[in-house]
Amino acid sequence: MSLRIVVTVKYVPDATGDRHFADDLTVDRDDVDGLLSELDEYAVEQALQISENSDDDVEITVLTVGPEDARDALRKALSMGADKAVHVEDDDLHGTDALGTSLVLAKAVEKAGYDLVISGMASTDGTMGVVPALLAERLGVPQVTLLSEVSVEDGTVRGRRDGDAASERLEASLPAVVSVTDQSGEARYPSFKGIMAAKKKPVESWDLSDLELDAEEVGLAGAWTAVDSATERPARTAGTIVKDEGEGGKQLAEYLASQKFI
Amino acid sequence: MAEVLVYVDHVDGAVRKPTLELLTLARRVGEPVAVALGDGAAETAAVLAEHGAVKVLTHEAAEYADYLVVPKVDALQAAVAAVSAGGSLAAVLVPSSAEGKEIAARLALRLGSGLITDAVDLEAGDSGPVATQSVFAASFTTKSRVSRGTAVITVKPNSAAVEAAPAAGAVEALAVSFSEQATGTKVTSRTPRESTGRPELTEAAIVVSGGRGVNGAENFAIIEALADSLGAAVGASRAAVDAGWYPHTSQVGQTGKSVSPQLYIASGISGAIQHRAGMQTSKTIVAINKDAEAPIFELVDYGVVGDLFDVVPALTEEVKARKG
Ligand SMILES: Cc1cc2nc3c(=O)[nH]c(=O)nc-3n(C[C@H](O)[C@H](O)[C@H](O)COP(=O)(O)OP(=O)(O)OC[C@H]3O[C@@H](n4cnc5c(N)ncnc54)[C@H](O)[C@@H]3O)c2cc1C
Ligand SMILES: Cc1cc2nc3c(=O)[nH]c(=O)nc-3n(C[C@H](O)[C@H](O)[C@H](O)COP(=O)(O)OP(=O)(O)OC[C@H]3O[C@@H](n4cnc5c(N)ncnc54)[C@H](O)[C@@H]3O)c2cc1C
Repeated sequence: MSLRIVVTVKYVPDATGDRHFADDLTVDRDDVDGLLSELDEYAVEQALQISENSDDDVEITVLTVGPEDARDALRKALSMGADKAVHVEDDDLHGTDALGTSLVLAKAVEKAGYDLVISGMASTDGTMGVVPALLAERLGVPQVTLLSEVSVEDGTVRGRRDGDAASERLEASLPAVVSVTDQSGEARYPSFKGIMAAKKKPVESWDLSDLELDAEEVGLAGAWTAVDSATERPARTAGTIVKDEGEGGKQLAEYLASQKFI
Repeated sequence: MAEVLVYVDHVDGAVRKPTLELLTLARRVGEPVAVALGDGAAETAAVLAEHGAVKVLTHEAAEYADYLVVPKVDALQAAVAAVSAGGSLAAVLVPSSAEGKEIAARLALRLGSGLITDAVDLEAGDSGPVATQSVFAASFTTKSRVSRGTAVITVKPNSAAVEAAPAAGAVEALAVSFSEQATGTKVTSRTPRESTGRPELTEAAIVVSGGRGVNGAENFAIIEALADSLGAAVGASRAAVDAGWYPHTSQVGQTGKSVSPQLYIASGISGAIQHRAGMQTSKTIVAINKDAEAPIFELVDYGVVGDLFDVVPALTEEVKARKG
């Protein structure tokens, strides 16, 4: 038996950098360093663990939709141990919204061939946490999302989803779309050997025509949402800072009382 | 007047506060029609009516608890069809929980509509509702609209005040036929989260959080004592959660809960960007940290540079004394 896993990974601006918007109100990706979204490293890690725990012949493809530099994210995932990569890149993709992104990903996943898709819980820039659910809807396969534990056996995926009100055990037949949280287990660091091996692994590049998509279906023009304004939040006015000389707790209580919290 | 669908988050008929906040926002853009699903759905009607629901569409079926997400999408889609047949629909509002966002996303796709998640405010605009979002760890505020189809918008807790606005709240049974996908992901067991007796983290007016500086699970008793003196919820940084000192359900930040209380008190938390992402929209921020250079002090309205093991218990005593 063989198991084809596609891991979706996003290339995002570094959260510790100075993130901002470009003139067209899309994310400025030119002035900030980018990287593989840390939360997608957990998805790559779970794919590798499923592969290591399986008797099947597992093939892991990492897939990204993003600008030229997004290749760095693919390299990182390959150096962690994924087998091959697909980069969907097209100028017309600039400004694509979540629904458009899920359309491109669905087409690419189908073209690549899959039994299991593994995504991160949310990107670290858009942070919507909706693309995996949208992918499942588009592909017409079960959605098994936000798992803090995942396993695959005999064509069935099982996992634990820790929700607000309860912790649930889930089960679905493959093919399916899974997303994993940062509680699923630390992602490995690429080894030196892994980094060298990654250089020889295949990275395919697809554009919209390869996916039989029209430019009007994606990008800013095809977006079903519009951002009218983006304003930097004014810096919080500097607060009062006191040093505790034995009275800190009391001073704080006075402040809270003055603000009517006590 | 156009109608607005509001998805009701409830536990066995007890409506959670964020849904009542949605009704406040919904009334700005149209007449609220609530959709309540699963066990206890009909019992939600009274409280929804008090807060402005003109109608409450209900449907009870085992599928809502036995399968993940999709049955609820099927039901909301049926509700959209029912409302659109009799009038016009201005928007669909869903609470921004992890599940709420997934439901909203799949619904938007089926309707061919745009999707906005994690709105913190909503107002009527010339071309449909305008949503305010707080992005990049709350360093930017954006205003967005849905430019195609019926706006599907998820709204974060604490984005509006709960307001009394009595309306008819007429209960109507919703007819739902489940799609083929509805039974795709089976919930094979469910362990309800144990109640702490404290307010719900995302809904609380005051949140008291502890981080790595708390230095041990047993020391969280100090944080809990302060929280209890103020009637607050308890939060934790990821460092404290990863160390096993406090449950993940209490984590505040990018991969935990996003909170927006009236008052946030951070003790022994440095203020990393991922933590800030979950608390920066709090109205008043207070920190206790022994390092005067800790980035959390850039956010505070009031900060105490000092040892939390001295300051927090002293504060708790003061609060208790003042409350009498
Ligand atoms: C600040 C901000 C606000 C936004 N608000 C909206 C909005 O309200 N409505 C809207 O429709 N769009 C919005 N967008 C655009 C949206 O973020 C992007 O279209 C994005 O590609 C999909 O959403 P996400 O990044 O939030 O993904 P999430 O749903 O958070 O991502 C979950 C997982 O999906 C996979 N994934 C996501 N994107 C990609 C990709 N490009 N390539 C490969 N895998 C991927 C990853 O595995 C990821 O972990 C916003 C973007 C930003 C930066
Ligand atoms: C993708 C990703 C997602 C993340 N998601 C989250 C998230 O959701 N939530 C989150 O919190 N973090 C998150 N993090 C982790 C985040 O980057 C920080 O590592 C974390 O917030 C640090 O927690 P802390 O402030 O408790 O610990 P530290 O940064 O170690 O800070 C401890 C602080 O306590 C102070 N201190 C120590 N002892 C005392 C004392 N006796 N009295 C007073 N002060 C004392 C120290 O001066 C220090 O400032 C995420 C990281 C990544 C990469």
